Amino acid sequence: MKHRNAFRRGVGVAFGAVLTVALTAGAAHVFAADDAGPETGKTHEQPKPPRQEWSFNGFFGRYDQAQLQRGFQVYREVCSNCHSLKLVAFRNLADPGGPGFSEEQVKALAAQYQIKDGPNDAGDMFERPGRPSDYFPWNFPNEQAARAALGAVPPDMSLLAKARSYERGFPLFLIDPILQYQEQGPDYIDAILNGYTNDKDPNWNEYMPGHKIAMPMPLSDGAVDYADGSPKTVQQYAKDVSAFLMWAAEPKLEERKRIGFGVLIFLSVYALLLLAVKKKIWHRPEAHGKEATP
Amino acid sequence: MSGDSTYVPKSRLAQWFESRLPVIGLVHSSFVAFPNPRNLNYWWTFGGILSFMLAAQIITGIVLAMHYTPQSGLAFASIEHIMRDVNYGWLLRYMHANGASMFFFALYVHMFRGMYYGSYKSPREVLWLLGVIIYLLAIATAFMGYVLPWGQMSFWGATVITSLFSAIPIVGDSITTWLWGGYAVDNATLNRFFSLHYLLPFMIAGVVVLHIWALHVHGSNNPAGIEKNSAKDTLPFHPYFTVKDGFALVCFLVFYGWFVFYVPNYLGDADNYIEANPLQTPVHIVPEWYYLPFYAILRSIPNKLGGAAAMFTAVLIISFLPWLDTSPVKSASYRPLYRIFFWLFVACAVLLGYMGSQPPEGGYVIAARFLTVYYFLHFLVILPLLGRYEKPKPLPASIYDAVLGKSGAVEATSHRLEVREPGQ
Repeated sequence: MKHRNAFRRGVGVAFGAVLTVALTAGAAHVFAADDAGPETGKTHEQPKPPRQEWSFNGFFGRYDQAQLQRGFQVYREVCSNCHSLKLVAFRNLADPGGPGFSEEQVKALAAQYQIKDGPNDAGDMFERPGRPSDYFPWNFPNEQAARAALGAVPPDMSLLAKARSYERGFPLFLIDPILQYQEQGPDYIDAILNGYTNDKDPNWNEYMPGHKIAMPMPLSDGAVDYADGSPKTVQQYAKDVSAFLMWAAEPKLEERKRIGFGVLIFLSVYALLLLAVKKKIWHRPEAHGKEATP
Repeated sequence: MSGDSTYVPKSRLAQWFESRLPVIGLVHSSFVAFPNPRNLNYWWTFGGILSFMLAAQIITGIVLAMHYTPQSGLAFASIEHIMRDVNYGWLLRYMHANGASMFFFALYVHMFRGMYYGSYKSPREVLWLLGVIIYLLAIATAFMGYVLPWGQMSFWGATVITSLFSAIPIVGDSITTWLWGGYAVDNATLNRFFSLHYLLPFMIAGVVVLHIWALHVHGSNNPAGIEKNSAKDTLPFHPYFTVKDGFALVCFLVFYGWFVFYVPNYLGDADNYIEANPLQTPVHIVPEWYYLPFYAILRSIPNKLGGAAAMFTAVLIISFLPWLDTSPVKSASYRPLYRIFFWLFVACAVLLGYMGSQPPEGGYVIAARFLTVYYFLHFLVILPLLGRYEKPKPLPASIYDAVLGKSGAVEATSHRLEVREPGQ
């Protein structure tokens, strides 16, 4: 008992010390930021992307198939004009836990693309209609061509939803793993797509670090014609394409969460059983000790 | 490994084998009959957890290596191939990446437990030194493993840390070029890091064997910090500690599973999902969390050579603990002042970690400098002086008495003994 109290007191002392120094350092940092000068003004402020509701968040998170299909439509009709998606194959669109297109739909979709192949027996490269096993082709033959046409190379979109994040700060970053917040990426992308709030400057974005973004506003209301009656607004497009990009970056999310649930249930039951066995064995241990063995 | 060798083979085959290679008897005396102090609390279960995690890392790593390509143009894509096309590849990779964090988490608990209960003191100095060697090897292994996905943070982390060697006077640049296998972190660097990342875990496993061997010479330290001196002080490893370690391990696996299945990227850096680009430096170069305290020490010294020296010293100074701590009393339970300073040191290490994760500017640098000074003060001033001036509490007469919560020896209640584990 004595040890336990000592331990608790120790934890208390450590926690207090951590809190004190952290607050001091935080305060020091705030003052240091204030000292940075008056000219920083509005551009220095960096608003955090607002949290969105995602169907794939949390313990039982799953992708919304209709949303992924709409998001794919936005990608295909808008984003793919500049951005590549080189890690995703057409066949992936029919994979379980994805947008849920049928194999026929995927075949038909792939056939609409021209894929460079070869060399053939005559030694020539040639173009042929795409097959489900092909990967999404890029609109540009290489990075130099993209840079020449656009002024910069647009980032590949396959992993974008996991490659973008933002600073959560103390103490939120301690709570995130408990509440399972893993959607910083789609939140960030959604915020960027909604962040073109300066009418005079198409390259100004509220959520871009430094507010300068090479990509001018890509979406506008009504630009993509949804067939399922969803609102044709930038807000809806942004959300749908962010969800689609999350799937592109993490296509095994549903399988992972499903298996994980089973694993955690199994381990918890196993732990409880072991605890019961442990209590039984450790009850009156001298009866089991070597003095008792014949 | 010493212990009570009470194993008697029953079958003729086992007798035949045992008389030629007594390995079953060795395992029996080390992990079945081995007498452990009966008062070990749950902080003592992390050694077993670490053995499990090492095995898990080696097994997942071997399978990952079957699908990975250590070539600078292909490495990043091969990781994504594992994540998307290999059966359960996502599971293997997330287990391996988070497993490294779990290994370090358990390692730090294990080390802090050793510090709290004075486990490094005589006669266990060599045991402690072997532990520090395991820690150093783990640092090197994890560092090189982090380079293999060839993302932005892999590349730039490798560049920052290997460049530290260039601070060495005269030969620094030559050493760095030699380490890189060229004039920058590139394909040659990736190749050798892959080779070494595969090799070092097996070296760790070898040192773990020595670590357990040294452990079994005198047996585990315990929360009372006094040596066992009669059979009453101990319980056989099996079933008492197998079941206790097993229960703790499964609880740890729940924690591990939470990260693998629900927040697999929480401990990683988003920038590492961008392929390495030598022409574009990330805004903040931050190492994995388990290096952050040392990274903060590195950055708090405004001189490259001084910073690197301070960082390496901060790691190596841990190996001198048996001689820096001058108190004859092992357990902090009987050291009222050391107990406070121990927790201050824990707080210092955690805060250094936080400073290491923040941009090196303003208040963070100042705080990191204070904490760096305190880190070294703890080892070089506080510990040597505490042993001299602290007045320890009276020690129990035996482990058995400590279990009963007595500091004087009374022996009337041996029949209805309920074992209470201090510190849980």
